[in-house]
Amino acid sequence: MKSHPLRDPVCNLASIILLFVLLYIAEEYLDLYNKRILNLVAINTILALSLNLIYGFTGMFSLGHAGFMAVGAYVCTLLILTPGQKKSMWMLEPIQPWLEQLSFPLQLSNLFGGANNPALHEFAVQLGFFGAVLLGGLAAAIFGLFIALPVLRLGGDYLGIATLGFAEIIRVLITNLTPITNGALGIKGIPNHATLWWNFGWLVFTLYFIIALMRSNVGNVFKAVRDDEIAAKTMGVNSFFYRVLAFTIGAFFAGVGGALMAALLSTIDPKMYVMMLTFNVLMMVVAGGLGSITGSIIGSIVITVMLEWLRIVESPLNIFGFTLNGIPGMRMVIFSVLLLLIILFRREGLMGTREFSWDFVFRTGRKP
Amino acid sequence: MLEIRDLHIYYGGIHAVKGISLSIPRGRIVTMVGANGAGKSSTVRAISGIVKAQGEIIYTREENGPSVNVLGLPSEDIVRLGIVQSPEGRRILPQLTVEENLRLGAYIRNDKEGVASDLDWVYSLFPRLRERAWQNGGTLSGGEQQMLAVGRALMSRPDLLMLDEPSLGLAPILVGEIFEIIRHINGLGKTVLLIEQNAFAALSIAHYAYILETGTVALEGQGMDLLHNPQVKEAYLGG
Repeated sequence: MKSHPLRDPVCNLASIILLFVLLYIAEEYLDLYNKRILNLVAINTILALSLNLIYGFTGMFSLGHAGFMAVGAYVCTLLILTPGQKKSMWMLEPIQPWLEQLSFPLQLSNLFGGANNPALHEFAVQLGFFGAVLLGGLAAAIFGLFIALPVLRLGGDYLGIATLGFAEIIRVLITNLTPITNGALGIKGIPNHATLWWNFGWLVFTLYFIIALMRSNVGNVFKAVRDDEIAAKTMGVNSFFYRVLAFTIGAFFAGVGGALMAALLSTIDPKMYVMMLTFNVLMMVVAGGLGSITGSIIGSIVITVMLEWLRIVESPLNIFGFTLNGIPGMRMVIFSVLLLLIILFRREGLMGTREFSWDFVFRTGRKP
Repeated sequence: MLEIRDLHIYYGGIHAVKGISLSIPRGRIVTMVGANGAGKSSTVRAISGIVKAQGEIIYTREENGPSVNVLGLPSEDIVRLGIVQSPEGRRILPQLTVEENLRLGAYIRNDKEGVASDLDWVYSLFPRLRERAWQNGGTLSGGEQQMLAVGRALMSRPDLLMLDEPSLGLAPILVGEIFEIIRHINGLGKTVLLIEQNAFAALSIAHYAYILETGTVALEGQGMDLLHNPQVKEAYLGG
């Protein structure tokens, strides 16, 4: 538990620099497919951390993540598409005129005079993307806040059902608000700004924010509300306020994750944001360990990478002379079995509530 | 300091507390004694604002100061008024360290130096807690958890400290230790409301006592008088 005032920040800084060096190498030498997996790892980790804040640390069983991701994705997308793209894509009903003109990268570029300076133009585009992701997160946080106020009076499974319902409401709204969202047709050709740098940059920010939050007194109050609401109340904690706070912060990062994911996949439509998406994130959190930041990171890395690697079993195989035709869906079967094993033999997840610490690293290196 | 008038508490259709009236004078130890289900803990929860109740709970924080009816206020406001309880069953936060538990007790306070000096004071009251400061609350023994619960309540610097069954589940030697500390805290000028099933120990240190039976006050009087009352002896002290 003890922290070293000098060693820990130095180690943290060193690992962040190492991470970015590795990213540089990955950016230069990896192929598109592997880069995409790395990008997915970063985004999934952001999503898992945000759900862990809500479910793992504050104990609110929320199934609304897909809804917050959808809000983040749509807000971000609508802010970075060019007016031309919007005009040609909204075929069923024309897009709202005020929305059509809204395009952060373009407007910022005009503002800076990027037309005759390519470097300035590129800067404006990146800044516009950053603003769009941020606003996507904020929009999701506002939705989270408005959902939290009525439903956080509920506890346990009821909360799960209510948040699930709200996520579906968001999805149905997106499907039907055609003049804004292009309805069921979805949006295609989203500029692929979500590079490794952006995704891992946001991941480092998320990680820093959540670790700092959980180490502060607020983090202890979250855990107190989760473990024993009555005890928290007898200490003068307004438990409802803290539940709303955790939910809103979680929704913000879910929106950020959704926005980055939209920019990575370059196409979104309402059918993406069904319950399955929430369950994917939930799976990472539970497999890693509820209430462990380290667990969420490991859970998202392992599950994201495994979901890709297991594609091998779906392609034709040749084992010791036997030829197997690939069975579509087989990887999900294997995956489910692995999950069952985790639930049966390690219910608390891979990490439980334990956390990585530099103290641990340095102690194992030394002889006792 | 605290005046309860005609307090009624209902849980669904069950009438748990049926018109209790009691008063807690400043600087005293007042105890509520009674069997399970007599309504002791319910009364404390009503004072803390954790359960709904009817009646009046008049609180006067400063001598000759203004009085407020705390009934119906949210629990966090009541803590800010200086009424704090160490709840039944201790309710330690198992995943937080001893020190984090204590610091959460000072949640309503913003004076950093004051909290630090109170932390030191609580550690000097319970040296065992200082030894275990970095341990998780869940790993403590029952007696240590009880010390932590009392210490945590003290961290908010309460004017009225309510202790709900501090001796529950403790070895007799520890019970003596806890009661000695309660008396010491009272000696420092804090008003104490003590809830107990251990009638003998509670009556020995209390200035005034109420004996509760099925939601009503059956008997009241000076602690020592009740200790020698034949009726009480027969019912609560084993003859």
